[in-house]
Amino acid sequence: MNNKAFQRVYTHLDAVTKATVTVKAQGASNDELAMVGDRLAQVVKIEGDRVTLQVFSGTEGLATNVEVAFTGHVPGLKVSEDLAGRFFDAYGHPIDGGAEVEGEWREIGGPSVNPMKRKQPSQIIPTGIAGIDLNNTLVSGQKIPFFADPDQPYNQVMCMVALRAKVDKIILGGMGLTNDDYLFFRKSFENAGALDKIICFVNTTENPPVERLLIPDMALTAAEYFAVDKNEKVLVLLTDMTLYADALSIVSNRMDQIPSKDSMPGSLYSDLAKIYEKAAELPSGGSITILAVTTLSGGDITHAVPDNTGYITEGQLFLRNDSDVNKVIVDPFRSLSRLKQLVIGKQTREDHPQVMNAAVRLYADAANAKTKLENGFELSDYDERALAFAKDYSANILAIDINIDTTEMLDRIWRMFARYFTQTEVAIKQELMDKYWPQTK
Amino acid sequence: MEKTKGKVIGIVSNLVMVKTEGPVAQNEICYIRLDKVELMAEVIKITGDTAYVQVFESTRGLKVGCEVVFEGQMLEATLGPGLLSSNYDGLQNNLATMEGVFLKRGCYTAPLDDAKKWDFTPLAKPGDKVKAGHWLGEVKEGWLPHKIMVPFKFKGEYTVKEISPAGSYTIHERMAVLTDAKGEDHEVTMVQKWPVKVAISCYKEKPRPFKVLETGVRVIDTFNPIAEGGTGFIPGPFGSGKTVLQHAISKQANVDVILMAACGERANEVVEIFAEFPLLVDPRTGRSLMERTTIICNTSNMPVAAREASVYTAMTIGEYYRSMGLRVLLLADSTSRWAQALREMSNRLEELPGPDAFPMDLPAIISNFYARAGFVYLDNGATGSITFIGTVSPAGGNLKEPVTEGTKKAARCFYALSQSRADSKRYPAIDPIDSYSKYLEYPEIIESLDRQLGETWVPLVNEGKNFVLRGKEAYEQINILGDDGVPVSYHDRYWKSELIDFVILQQDAFDKTDSLCPMERQKYMFEKVMSICHKEREFDTFTECVDFYKKLINFFRQMNYCQFQDEKFKSYEQQVDALVAEQEG
Repeated sequence: MNNKAFQRVYTHLDAVTKATVTVKAQGASNDELAMVGDRLAQVVKIEGDRVTLQVFSGTEGLATNVEVAFTGHVPGLKVSEDLAGRFFDAYGHPIDGGAEVEGEWREIGGPSVNPMKRKQPSQIIPTGIAGIDLNNTLVSGQKIPFFADPDQPYNQVMCMVALRAKVDKIILGGMGLTNDDYLFFRKSFENAGALDKIICFVNTTENPPVERLLIPDMALTAAEYFAVDKNEKVLVLLTDMTLYADALSIVSNRMDQIPSKDSMPGSLYSDLAKIYEKAAELPSGGSITILAVTTLSGGDITHAVPDNTGYITEGQLFLRNDSDVNKVIVDPFRSLSRLKQLVIGKQTREDHPQVMNAAVRLYADAANAKTKLENGFELSDYDERALAFAKDYSANILAIDINIDTTEMLDRIWRMFARYFTQTEVAIKQELMDKYWPQTK
Repeated sequence: MEKTKGKVIGIVSNLVMVKTEGPVAQNEICYIRLDKVELMAEVIKITGDTAYVQVFESTRGLKVGCEVVFEGQMLEATLGPGLLSSNYDGLQNNLATMEGVFLKRGCYTAPLDDAKKWDFTPLAKPGDKVKAGHWLGEVKEGWLPHKIMVPFKFKGEYTVKEISPAGSYTIHERMAVLTDAKGEDHEVTMVQKWPVKVAISCYKEKPRPFKVLETGVRVIDTFNPIAEGGTGFIPGPFGSGKTVLQHAISKQANVDVILMAACGERANEVVEIFAEFPLLVDPRTGRSLMERTTIICNTSNMPVAAREASVYTAMTIGEYYRSMGLRVLLLADSTSRWAQALREMSNRLEELPGPDAFPMDLPAIISNFYARAGFVYLDNGATGSITFIGTVSPAGGNLKEPVTEGTKKAARCFYALSQSRADSKRYPAIDPIDSYSKYLEYPEIIESLDRQLGETWVPLVNEGKNFVLRGKEAYEQINILGDDGVPVSYHDRYWKSELIDFVILQQDAFDKTDSLCPMERQKYMFEKVMSICHKEREFDTFTECVDFYKKLINFFRQMNYCQFQDEKFKSYEQQVDALVAEQEG
């Protein structure tokens, strides 16, 4: 960014912290961008003529006589069809060696959709993974995170879901991605031949953490362009939102804000909601669906980040390593898709809701049987059959390497029901059992 | 009077410092001019000539030196015919009349339709002595008689000088002229304004609630009933079914007006109400549910300060309808988001924090708010009520956090949603043991239940609760000692509690028939289940016991899915009876 003649330039820093600088200046506006030396910064606090700026790339080495030039505009992104297939950093600058994208300038983090103008989400997004399609159906306009421990293959699963989903654009917002993971995404997108519908905004662990704060807004501004202006179906991938929250806490900490639970800022809920609520089914036919990752520490969902996320998102997907079948599965107990009611049995076969519930209930019986076994009690015949069913169900339905359509998933479960149980034990509506119960074992 | 002006001197997110040039009041509303738009804000602290204001919009682009105009009044709700079936944001802007897909900053819309004509019938006549809240006339709003009242702000006694004859009028036409004690005349229209943070107290008396409010949800009505004019709250971790439960109550409750404050929650949940309610029929009047519903919706991504205002706006509208002698149900989802909005502000004001960084006066704010609900006798002998049910979203599902604890002191009913019940899909996940209704201890309520359901009812309910508790204890023993390590009677005890759980406590909110269970049916089913529980049953082995109850539960559940007393219902009931007779041999 070149300095222009009318720009206001100041050359004396009043205060410097690890993430912010304070300068005496006139006429600064809230949220405005400024250049501190060659680093981008944003106004976060104004007290009379004292203006505090958050420096995205950190303040290491900044001298008090550095030049501060206000740009007069808030963070934004130039949007056009040319965004497709490109990779950008947190500021929207290309990192793929290509030219800057020309287009209409839009401010990021803009206003929200009027709730009355939204449409009710009603389109299933099939992924082929039964643990998702069957038990926790993804619906367009939904926002749902993976809750996963850092050692789980959440990025791989997310990438797979994205590539299988029938959408017009996939926008990846990578926050604190390791360079390896970034290259993994890039490679997978390239191999799938899907580059023309991919847009990436990436902050890797090599970049300063505060820059991450821009990523979701950048990704969602691009998403809104395609969904609202072009009526496209857009899938936004945000990984990892826990690292985003960490960046929030760094800034609020430097600004001497009183921390609330788990040293997170008191506004964490609103901050996260502003991002996730961009997911919407729009009246004109476009939609924004958000698939995110929230990493947990030791599976603890009571930590402020997953906890607040859970209250905002429409469900969550849990990955778990099932040692009985040695596969990563989508945990049917702790996962939930709140919007599945809108599509299951309507866009999928009529028996979907009942079969889903019965299977999970029988799987729960198996879990109880397992506890009994571990406590050294004798197992009943029913317990034995439930355990056998659970193994089959886990390996052939819940495992993330499954790729079949929902009708096949349902048929597969009916066959399992017939193999391990009687109709009374399965206990679903009689008409459905008459219709779908396999005739021969 | 000249309006006070001021200039912006500081900005921290949505907290703005204003140097004032004249007097300002706490909670006064002001507008900050930014280019072509005006941003609404509320004074929350004053030091010297600096007013701290919370802005109800994004403050992006705001500069030092921006002009501010103070309005000389607090945040007010506009009250008049046309509120029902409207959808507002937290500041009562009509969401339906806003332009564009996005909520534009500084775009404020009128809450009521100025052009619509209402058929007015006078109720008062010239010469009548009236006071604030007295009825002057009425218009039909949907099927409800909407009273045109003496504005709540009028102090003292007035004489009706003129009143418009029956006819069609718009809301801003003069409907009456009232003369005060000094002989001055005051005009009254169909619309009045009232500051949302002040309770409307134009009633004669607020007795203890003495009637049960039917919700159609068995675990509430049978086990822990809420009173008409009572208060309750539903704390629960995410995914435990708070919102589904609140929606179920709103669809079925025996009231005239439903107000839903969607406070800092998901937009898609509100969309669900927008999509569903117009299609749903009120089982009691046969009219669309939307006709008796007002939605105040400030979803989680809408400005935080307006979130705080939204619950007050909803309560004020509730008090307005209560003054017309109507029964109002106010649901707020979730009050935790409201408390968080308070916390964000208190944080920016750099106040010393209380527990979990919430402001110190949080419990007081919560109890003041809950105290605005209640059953009232109006001056003319009519009755009205506001029943309030709030949800609480405790951080980490931990009920020992400040919002839950503060609310527990204020609300009389406690419907604890349990994670383990939700995990095992036992919905509604209201914990039968931890939950309580203080109203079951009110002699007035017991008396009214005795009249409605017979004197055996309340003791039977208490017995039912005891069965559930004993069942849980038996289950723990079975878990420790193993199926064979305990006497068969322990299994019998446990399965009796399962019978009550599956047939009475659990209810399918997505099933047309089961979702709404009228009191008569609840009584029939509960007494039937209890008659089975009352008998000590003999079984040779525990598997025999388990089989018996599993079969029984299956028949009972099929009964729940059938129309009450229809052929299928009766045939399943016969199977129940046959099974029991066989077991008793």
